[in-house]
Amino acid sequence: MKARAFSYFRARTIDEALDAAARSGDEARFIAGGQSLVPALALRLQAPRLLIDINHIDDLSGVTREGEWLRIGALTRHCQMLTEPLIAQFAPLLRAAAPYVAHPAIRNRGTLGGSVALADPASEFPAVVLALGAEMEIAGPAGRRRVGADEFFVDLFETALAPGELLVAVHVPLFRANQRIAFDELARRRGDYALVGCGMIATVEQDLIADIRVALFSVGNVPTRARSVEAALAGACLDADRIAAAQAALDGDLAPDDSDDVPAAMRLHLARVLLGRLLGSLLGRLGETA
Amino acid sequence: MSAPLTSLDRPNSYIGRAVPRPNAKRLLAGRGRYVTDIRLPRMLHAAFLRSSHAHARIISIDAEAARALPGVHLVATGPDLAKICTPWTGTLDHFKGMTSEPQLPLPLERVVWAGQAVVAVVAESRALAEDALELISVDYEELPAVVDLDAARQSGAERVNPAVGSNICFRAQLDSGGVDDAFASALHVIEQDFSFGRHTPVTLEPRAIIADYESESGMLTVHHATQTPYQFQDLYSRHYGIPEARVRVIAPDIGGSFGMKLHVYHEDMAVVGLSMLLGRPVKYVADRIESFVSDIHARDHQVKARMAVDAAGKILAMDVHDVTAIGAFSTYPRTSVVEGNQVIRLIGAPYDFKSYRAALEVVFQNKVQTSQYRAVGHPIACAVTERMVDLAAARVGLDPLAMRANNVIADDAYPTASPTGYKFEALSHQACLERLRRLMDYDALRAEQAELRRRGIHRGIGIATFVEITNPSPAFYGVGGARISSQDGATLSLTPSGEVRCAISVTEQGQGTEAIISQIVADQLGVAQEHVKILTGDTEVTPHGGATWACRGAGIGGETALQAARQLKANILEIAGLILQEQPAALDIVDGQVVGKATQKPRLSVAEIARISYFRSDTLPPGTQAQLTVSHHFAPQGYPFAFTNGIQGCYLEVDVDTGFVKLLKHYVVEDCGRIINPMLVDEQLRGGVVQGLGAALFEECRYGETGQLLNGSLADYLVPMAMEMPDIVIDHVETPTADTILGAKGCGEAGTAAASACVLNAVNDALTTFGASINAIPITPARVLKALNRY
Ligand SMILES: Cc1cc2nc3c(=O)[nH]c(=O)nc-3n(C[C@H](O)[C@H](O)[C@H](O)COP(=O)(O)OP(=O)(O)OC[C@H]3O[C@@H](n4cnc5c(N)ncnc54)[C@H](O)[C@@H]3O)c2cc1C
Repeated sequence: MKARAFSYFRARTIDEALDAAARSGDEARFIAGGQSLVPALALRLQAPRLLIDINHIDDLSGVTREGEWLRIGALTRHCQMLTEPLIAQFAPLLRAAAPYVAHPAIRNRGTLGGSVALADPASEFPAVVLALGAEMEIAGPAGRRRVGADEFFVDLFETALAPGELLVAVHVPLFRANQRIAFDELARRRGDYALVGCGMIATVEQDLIADIRVALFSVGNVPTRARSVEAALAGACLDADRIAAAQAALDGDLAPDDSDDVPAAMRLHLARVLLGRLLGSLLGRLGETA
Repeated sequence: MSAPLTSLDRPNSYIGRAVPRPNAKRLLAGRGRYVTDIRLPRMLHAAFLRSSHAHARIISIDAEAARALPGVHLVATGPDLAKICTPWTGTLDHFKGMTSEPQLPLPLERVVWAGQAVVAVVAESRALAEDALELISVDYEELPAVVDLDAARQSGAERVNPAVGSNICFRAQLDSGGVDDAFASALHVIEQDFSFGRHTPVTLEPRAIIADYESESGMLTVHHATQTPYQFQDLYSRHYGIPEARVRVIAPDIGGSFGMKLHVYHEDMAVVGLSMLLGRPVKYVADRIESFVSDIHARDHQVKARMAVDAAGKILAMDVHDVTAIGAFSTYPRTSVVEGNQVIRLIGAPYDFKSYRAALEVVFQNKVQTSQYRAVGHPIACAVTERMVDLAAARVGLDPLAMRANNVIADDAYPTASPTGYKFEALSHQACLERLRRLMDYDALRAEQAELRRRGIHRGIGIATFVEITNPSPAFYGVGGARISSQDGATLSLTPSGEVRCAISVTEQGQGTEAIISQIVADQLGVAQEHVKILTGDTEVTPHGGATWACRGAGIGGETALQAARQLKANILEIAGLILQEQPAALDIVDGQVVGKATQKPRLSVAEIARISYFRSDTLPPGTQAQLTVSHHFAPQGYPFAFTNGIQGCYLEVDVDTGFVKLLKHYVVEDCGRIINPMLVDEQLRGGVVQGLGAALFEECRYGETGQLLNGSLADYLVPMAMEMPDIVIDHVETPTADTILGAKGCGEAGTAAASACVLNAVNDALTTFGASINAIPITPARVLKALNRY
């Protein structure tokens, strides 16, 4: 399959990119790492008239600390999640998830902004962003705004981004010493999209779980927070019974559909198993000092 | 049972040495020249509009807008090509009673599977051709699609071909007699149903073809990613009415084939016709999405099996019924019934029992055609047999390895025959089995398994014995009327500088054919391997021959090269004798030097003989005509097939909460007769095992109710990848065939033959404590969890 012909524009600034998008309306697409867009073009699932290349916009790059937040530029490549010291220190859940995203060649090009803007429900980073309670910085014709992760992911491949709006950065609350993370997924082969995956971040106070955010992916149309699970764990002392209760609570949070190879009941079962294993690993690390 | 020492085993022999393939570096450096890399002057590009329906009548095709698009040279439909191409039918005479509809490059009135090519567009570029496809509209009247195998067999079922009475393509029966009596008298009768998912070869390089017809000379040149250039030369000649000598088929570097690239594909036939209609070169490369819906599929089988066993665990009889679905047509020219035929003939083959009965039913369906893919039928036969052996062992209370030791044909029982009539010259089941026991450290592994099971870790050990068909004689295709050669030919020349050029009809798809042929020629002539150049894959350059399939490259092609080299050597020594005033019989060639046989002292270089013969023939005795080019053909005689054998073992862990299977280690002991290059044999086995492991755990073409392929992309169709593959430990027993001087049999399919059976047995072994049982392939997490009642 070969893509339909398109025009190409290399934007140098955010404003140039927004202008180009505004002029072309629905006919334009931003291209970042191209790891999802280019296959879609080749398969002619998408056929925009114009590609606006955002790879050369400096303001979309870089990882910086801003007060209590870590600002991660939209162009930060997946592979940088594994090498950037600030991410290791202040957003370890992103780093924990990165090895599960595709393969090295794809991680060299794919960007955090692209992954979050695309909002594939089977992708790791959108769920991690949700678990972290991150905020998305968006630039559009009407200026800048920040949208919290809980409001950002709207529906299947649909986010708070309006057509022509650019995701500029992802802001993550700084990781603290009394927090613990856990991440894992069940994929048939290394690097595949998972049958089910889960990331979580817990705040521990005196061996109790003061607060926990749990997000799952590959379980529905959007990355999904397991709010009943969170409620079952908040303020509790983690033990085998509590883990079992959290697993049982998961049924209230998820309603996966049957797919041709994974029945809904199986996916729910796998989610429960995965949740149990992640909480078990958290249990072993509650008393550790960070 | 190692091979007796012969002249092939002398020190410094190239035969038996792990020399690297001369091609490997070139391909690794990106200097391969695949069909896709070839750009001819004035070349155009074809793309195909494909049917979205599994079964429909074509009412009308509107291609006006496509024809009007600038850069589009031709839009062709069924009738356009039917005018110049005669139809083909995928039946062979030795499969009595089989039927299949005639086929054309593009359909005239009905489409019979989703993905079938319907309209061809030829344009300046592939992208433009695809633009034009979007402008074509086809009006279809949908017909009921035959998708489900059981439904297809019902009387009164919807029919793939409404003009005939049923969906049955072929039926066959085997009966050695005595089966009912054996079952009646047996203490144990084991019964089990099996199902095997459809899968597809997935070569790294997809199908690719450039047809270049010159109307001025009437010459057709086809650059074709195929295993079998001669077969296609014959087919293009006959179906397009071009004299054979004016058809040239060139197979350049090929990126894997596994049997997939030796069948006639509708697009390939169409491309030849499109080039003839335009008088210009036309290229077509299947993209991956097209490959999934147009490359052959394989292995769609449902088997019912019964085994009778006595109190001591001796197998008395087997009775099997195999039903297989092959798509809407039988593939041309090798048919789609060989797989089923081999399934029923290979079941039980390693074991010593007399009474066997089998029935085969081959059914049409509205899906893409199935046909020969690496290890044709073997994995099905092996999985059924070996799972039945394990079930029997459990019933009798025997260890699986002991059960096999009790039942394999004894190494001293040869020559003998299987209950299905296959004649075995010499196999080595007992030796292989003992070797595997040691290789796996079987008893220690069992102890470890038991220990871990106590700690809630569920590991399984699986064993599978196998027999493989190699070196086929004309009994395979020729007797059925197919113009598919079982012989090969080689032309060997000594060049003026004393090097050797060998043009041979066996072909190279990445397995190292050229490497082993150069080893054999160098070895037999006594020259350095780097002084031997091998040419393959061009009908204008090499003699006609069968090429590479069914594990015949080494056994038949290798013997052809060996015999040709011996002739050339005799010719060289004859000249040497004249020059040196010696009896040729007293001379030999070592390291490019003619030496005295007794003294091994160099007398004259081969290069000097070449120089004199080519440039100073005046100095040779009058009447001497040096024959420094020989052509030689070899066809297998004696046994109709050279059977090989071996045994595989698998160690794995089942996560009983997720249903995931982790492969820990795989073991192979294999006997392919004379080993020419141990490294290449091991690579063949490893690659083959990996394909079998893919089948066991990952690969399946899943169809929806309306006959749409649901997972036709590499994101959804899971091929085995390095991270999931275990280490594969290999050992060999060597029992050369006495039918040839070389003694080599095939090894390319041995890995695939038994790997999935091993995994099936190992998974079931891991699940025994749960009373769970799985008899379907692939073994997916869903199937494991279902068997364990986990959801
Ligand atoms: C073989 C393969 C395997 C993969 N496996 C995985 C996997 O296991 N897990 C996983 O999560 N992903 C996987 N991916 C997808 C990969 O991670 C993508 O890179 C990622 O989803 C998109 O990032 P990108 O930068 O490549 O975006 P692009 O492909 O460039 O763009 C994707 C979409 O996002 C839009 N977009 C991009 N950047 C912005 C922005 N800053 N603002 C607004 N819109 C924007 C584009 O317009 C486009 O619509 C895989 C990809 C491949 C090819």
